[in-house]
Amino acid sequence: MRREAPQRLADYGPLFFPAMMLIVFFVVPFATMIAVSFFQRQQGGFYVPAFELSNYQRFLSLFFANVLGFSLMLAIAVAICCVVLAIPFTYLLTRMARKVQIIWLVALLSVLSLSEVIIGFAWSTLFSRTAGITNLLVMAGLMSEAKALLPSFGAVLTGMVYQAFPYTVLVLYPALVRLDPTLTEAARTLGASPIKAFFTVVVPALRNTITATLIMVFIFALGSYLLPQLLGRPQHWTLSVLITDQAIYQSNMPFAAAMAVFLVLVTLGLVALTVIAGRKGEAA
Amino acid sequence: MTGALSKLYFFLIGLFLALPMIVVAGVSVNARQTLAFPPKGFSLSWYGEIFLNPEWRNALFASLTLAVLSAALAVAIALPLAWFLWRRIAPWANIFQLLGVAPFTLPPVITALGLLTFWATTGFYGQPWTAVVSHAIFFVTLPLVTLSLGFTAIDRSLVEAAATMGADDRTIFRTVVLPLILPYIVSGYAFAFVLSLNEYIVAYMTVGFTMETLPIKIFNALRYGYTPTMASVTILFVATAAVIFSLVARFGDLPKLLGAMSSDDT
Repeated sequence: MRREAPQRLADYGPLFFPAMMLIVFFVVPFATMIAVSFFQRQQGGFYVPAFELSNYQRFLSLFFANVLGFSLMLAIAVAICCVVLAIPFTYLLTRMARKVQIIWLVALLSVLSLSEVIIGFAWSTLFSRTAGITNLLVMAGLMSEAKALLPSFGAVLTGMVYQAFPYTVLVLYPALVRLDPTLTEAARTLGASPIKAFFTVVVPALRNTITATLIMVFIFALGSYLLPQLLGRPQHWTLSVLITDQAIYQSNMPFAAAMAVFLVLVTLGLVALTVIAGRKGEAA
Repeated sequence: MTGALSKLYFFLIGLFLALPMIVVAGVSVNARQTLAFPPKGFSLSWYGEIFLNPEWRNALFASLTLAVLSAALAVAIALPLAWFLWRRIAPWANIFQLLGVAPFTLPPVITALGLLTFWATTGFYGQPWTAVVSHAIFFVTLPLVTLSLGFTAIDRSLVEAAATMGADDRTIFRTVVLPLILPYIVSGYAFAFVLSLNEYIVAYMTVGFTMETLPIKIFNALRYGYTPTMASVTILFVATAAVIFSLVARFGDLPKLLGAMSSDDT
């Protein structure tokens, strides 16, 4: 059976249920959210239809500029750490025996699927005074007294790198698997050391993949909402945390929706950049 | 020299990934209700607590029900869509593919907030079934991606042969396509199931005040004090995910599912 255009109305049958579900439960909620972002807030957590820009105007304050700046900075830091750690790792992984690869992939998927709550709890335990890593250092005689390592920026960054690292590896994996092994072989034959071959052949060949991966991990990190709360101080809270806070605890849905719309625009802009980077990669 | 270096690198990454779990596993076997590592005493009672304490048991039951149902609904949405896109030439229908991938690509808080406003506006806010629909939409991306991959792997001449011999669309789907696509259905379901089990923000925003799933329960417990049950639940979750993904790897081609070429090509 060749692929053919639908001829009768009945040919569209299979599309009906998925299309309906996606429109009713994704497109409509999304549109509702955009609409609510222009609504007027009433006392007591309600809102009435209106067309107001005040929810968007509130962004222009110094406080939200700081939060946005911090969110972007944190996501960039996470993306860079992850990509720097993951490229050599994934490259070496794809050169391993298939059985070994599968074991690592299962481990990475298991960590990736972990709830942010669980990652936050695990790292807060690891960084705590009573059960933390410092106890091991004390036992080894490297430290005189156990101490708490959180809340701190370092703790937030570590937790988020932990969360995003498996994702980074899985994004890089297909591109690195398909990388032509003869490229590095040629470099080796010409006398380059493995490390030199990696930096002069593998990394330049993957330039577009690396750009796309950086952006994808950046978006992934932007979505983190619990780790900054569990591992950091209030000044380490990101836009995602503020959105949740406004929606649930301050009952200011219009403002939360306005922030969410703004976050969508930032994200979509970056996705567009990824697609452009990807196109260039195909052309090259 | 380089071999040793890469071994060391893998060891360090492995340690980084495993360390939090090792500490949590240690904490989970503490004899008494203390947050101590290395553990003081040894007891598995905190694992029993998950099933004996009604609060934790209810949360576990709620999470399992949610994951089983929402993953099934996600597959039910993804399968006909992927089948249609493979079977027909309808470029405009690709918009639904895009819509299916969008919820997972955007920061989760956005999907969560959209669904919250939607359920609040329609008056269903807080009903347990809304969480099932919400999760199904949020995770539909996973079966959609695995199924699209599965359909491209089907040799079209097989289907053509069946058509030549007089089978109609329905029969072809049941006897040829379904058996070939089954591993991809299973792995898509498995991915959606595991992620739904672990999901916090969408569940919290839609049914957080009426129902406690395990991640919500852990977060609430975290705020109001500490109990080693949190640690034992964490280990249970990691073990579940590892077992399910191992099964996917055992019965399917995991590297291929994740974008590598099939084992025959390499």
